[in-house]
Amino acid sequence: MFSPSHFTAVVLFALFASVVFGITMRETPNRMVRYGAYCFVLFVGSAIVLSWVMYFIAR
Amino acid sequence: MAATPNPQVSAAKSAQGFVYLPLIAGWLVPGAGHLLLGKWVRALLLAASILGMFAIGLAMGGKVYAHSGDILDMLGLAGDLGNGVLYFLSRTLGLGADSVQVTTADYGTRFIVVAGLLNVIAAVDAHNLRTGRKPL
Repeated sequence: MFSPSHFTAVVLFALFASVVFGITMRETPNRMVRYGAYCFVLFVGSAIVLSWVMYFIAR
Repeated sequence: MAATPNPQVSAAKSAQGFVYLPLIAGWLVPGAGHLLLGKWVRALLLAASILGMFAIGLAMGGKVYAHSGDILDMLGLAGDLGNGVLYFLSRTLGLGADSVQVTTADYGTRFIVVAGLLNVIAAVDAHNLRTGRKPL
């Protein structure tokens, strides 16, 4: 069974979802790439921020 | 002098034929809707993303939902059905876990559901391209 770390799972999820969001939510290839990258950064960035928030809450 | 394209004429042209074909094809096979419209790069990227997400979900030991009385399972089933042929194939071949045992399997279950939801978004995008709501 494939058992990625939590962070790897987040990155894979963000990558696949961002590709689909980029293609479907924008009209030109340039804007698709930019929006896909924006979504990817937001997905991964928010996961990192929330992880640190939970780390400090748990202490 | 070159004639400027009339948006009404191109919209009427794009409405000819069976307009739901890219929607249905895109739902059944990820990326097929865009492929029918000649958008093969987008089709390949969508297919790779959705198939990849579905396959990784299965590899992580994710659960493939079946019909049951539980309302949460019904929601999961609705998401899984978005995968089209992939869902029916996995049910037929007995792929996917019956119950979730470990954390990664729970993530895998979400991967499979989200792959289905993303496939629905992609199929609707193909429909919008076909009807002219989104420019080709």
